[in-house]
Amino acid sequence: MAAGPAPHGGHPRAQRPHLSKMERMVVSMQDPDQGVKMRSQRLLVTVIPHAVTGNDVMEWLIQKYCITEEEALHLGTLLVRHGYLYPLRDPCHLELRLDETPYRFQTPYFWMSTLWPAAELDYAIYLAKKNIRKRGGLVDHEKEHYDQLHRKISHTWDLVVMQAREQLRAAKQRRKGDRLVIACQEQTYWLVNRPPPGVPSVLEQGPERGSCTAGRVQMTKTMDFYRWEVECLRKALGRARVKSSVCLEAYLKFSSRHEPHDPIMSGCLPSNPWVTDNDTYWAMNAPSVAVPTRLRVEQWAFSFRELLEDPVGRAHFMDFLRKEFSAENLSFWEACEELRHGGQGQVPALVDAVYQQFLAPGAARWVNIDSRTMERTLVGLGQPHRHVLDDAQLHIYMLMKKDSYPRFLKSDLYKDLLAEAVVPPETKRRVFPFMWKPRHSSPSPALLPASASGEPSGGDGEA
Amino acid sequence: MKTRRTLKGHGNKVLCMDWCKDKRRIVSSSQDGKVIVWDSFTTNKEHAVTMPCTWVMACAYAPSGCAIACGGLDNKCSVYPLTFDKNENMAAKKKSVAMHTNYLSACSFTNSDMQILTASGDGTCALWDVESGQLLQSFHGHGADVLCLDLAPSETGNTFVSGGCDKKAMVWDMRSGQCVQAFETHESDINSVRYYPSGDAFASGSDDATCRLYDLRADREVAIYSKESIIFGASSVDFSLSGRLLFAGYNDYTINVWDVLKGSRVSILFGHENRVSTLRVSPDGTAFCSGSWDHTLRVWA
Repeated sequence: MAAGPAPHGGHPRAQRPHLSKMERMVVSMQDPDQGVKMRSQRLLVTVIPHAVTGNDVMEWLIQKYCITEEEALHLGTLLVRHGYLYPLRDPCHLELRLDETPYRFQTPYFWMSTLWPAAELDYAIYLAKKNIRKRGGLVDHEKEHYDQLHRKISHTWDLVVMQAREQLRAAKQRRKGDRLVIACQEQTYWLVNRPPPGVPSVLEQGPERGSCTAGRVQMTKTMDFYRWEVECLRKALGRARVKSSVCLEAYLKFSSRHEPHDPIMSGCLPSNPWVTDNDTYWAMNAPSVAVPTRLRVEQWAFSFRELLEDPVGRAHFMDFLRKEFSAENLSFWEACEELRHGGQGQVPALVDAVYQQFLAPGAARWVNIDSRTMERTLVGLGQPHRHVLDDAQLHIYMLMKKDSYPRFLKSDLYKDLLAEAVVPPETKRRVFPFMWKPRHSSPSPALLPASASGEPSGGDGEA
Repeated sequence: MKTRRTLKGHGNKVLCMDWCKDKRRIVSSSQDGKVIVWDSFTTNKEHAVTMPCTWVMACAYAPSGCAIACGGLDNKCSVYPLTFDKNENMAAKKKSVAMHTNYLSACSFTNSDMQILTASGDGTCALWDVESGQLLQSFHGHGADVLCLDLAPSETGNTFVSGGCDKKAMVWDMRSGQCVQAFETHESDINSVRYYPSGDAFASGSDDATCRLYDLRADREVAIYSKESIIFGASSVDFSLSGRLLFAGYNDYTINVWDVLKGSRVSILFGHENRVSTLRVSPDGTAFCSGSWDHTLRVWA
């Protein structure tokens, strides 16, 4: 696998699939049979055909896509902001008004996908035209741009002015209606490509993707690359697949089981802190709380992972294991977690400590691993690394999961916890403002001293 | 659902955010290099750092709540320990951990403060030791920029999923560095990937305006969340706690809420005034936070 710059196709990446979708939408809106209701719009003495109102556009969107008014207005506004629709009466702001303002569809020549990026020269000509046509016709930001461009391309400025004059002359020879439409089209195009200050530009993209070939680590297609591909595909062929229907049933089961525990779906007791400004919920469900809530204790029965992930659950499980004289299993598992996720520098020391405490013959807390895994692990200890205890850890994990965990769930210890668990009463949102309590701040986890518990923690925050 | 908190304070586009395990604090980063830590419940700012680069596209909160990681156009991932000491400058204790050859698009701590997983525009992902800055494992296979990653909530393990501009979502074994599974059904860049809470599936959001659900055991796409009226790309996705709802932020300034099992849209949330760039559900599922190019973050519940 050799690293090197990839051979480039040469054409720019299409980072804007939304533009082609908008264009397709706009084209179907102009369909003579299925499109938006068109009408002729009277503007002073001229009549402009093929105009639509904001309401017509919204109606059409609502009907075609089965969406609400709010969504249709939002979508229509986006179409206008991207310059696919323009208002016929002096377009200064690109928004979809729901009054009698007439709109028209932008000519494809000015679409963002056609004429982009906008050329500086064209903008100069446009501003020059505006300036010539009406003295003081340029607004502030346009004046600034005009001056800037004048400085930048001063050597070809004569060309700019000449072009501008020529275009104005040609325009005078057109019918008044056409002249008006073309002016609106052009103005909209420049409103999109050179938005006035304060208006967010719809052209902004974010950092370029897939452009820098020099900085990229690429796999050139050598023999090694294809060997690797073949290996991947062979593995994929050999993989056992589960039927989708079985997977979907698993999701149904998981989601319905967890639904009462999902505050957004089922609410939470006493109340959702974000809604009522009351943070009792968090206090009652703190990582180390004396009496856990009922929902929390119930969740320990869902899976072994969920029991271990909860510090209170794990602590009670440890108590249970102590009674069964197999607490070293959980301690060993925790030590292995610390090794896997800990700092690289601590690896040798940790591995040694684990060996001394859990694996050495006659160790104080010897764990019962099958002989084959034990042999493999002991050999691996010669060259300690982060994953050297993975096999042993998995063995012990499975042992706890299949043996101790089910017994825990059936034990009196667990049953008592369920019985003692708290079910908080519901607190409704305070209606009267004068009873408003200031929101409590809580100490930042960064302020608290590092957890000084005896168990090696994986670093989960205990706020 | 509606906006319960609006966090104003970034002077520029918000690009990324992450929750602290304490369920109320968040870290957010923006285009002008500012990284801010908030207590979003009280809306107070607690820490602020200015990175030496612009477009800080990735940020993450450490599991202990004592540090944050961030990076972007500087091609690096740096870790800042959080300190309340007024005399200490946070930037002074900064630790440069990851080094890539192109922009950093995503970063995440693994189960502890001591390891960081990064994704980059150079087409690779990498696992780093925070203390020494040592590269522990690198992951090659994407044919283009990697834009997102998510760690699997698994009992034994050791996998994560990444999505990139090559339209592929790839599942990796963290120990061997091998790609275990790959999925290629999207029609455009994959901006965000997130595991379903059980760890058996993951969702992805893409510039092709769809979100899709991929199942790991069935080894295929099992659901697609799209609507004809949604034409802008999905920039970030996350599940509710039970996995029944999928929240997706889009480039058309909206957030769509999907029913994961039925495949239909439950509702659409308006409020942001520019594209939604990042979205995360809080660790206890009581709310979700969205960050946008309109300079604000909103907490919804």
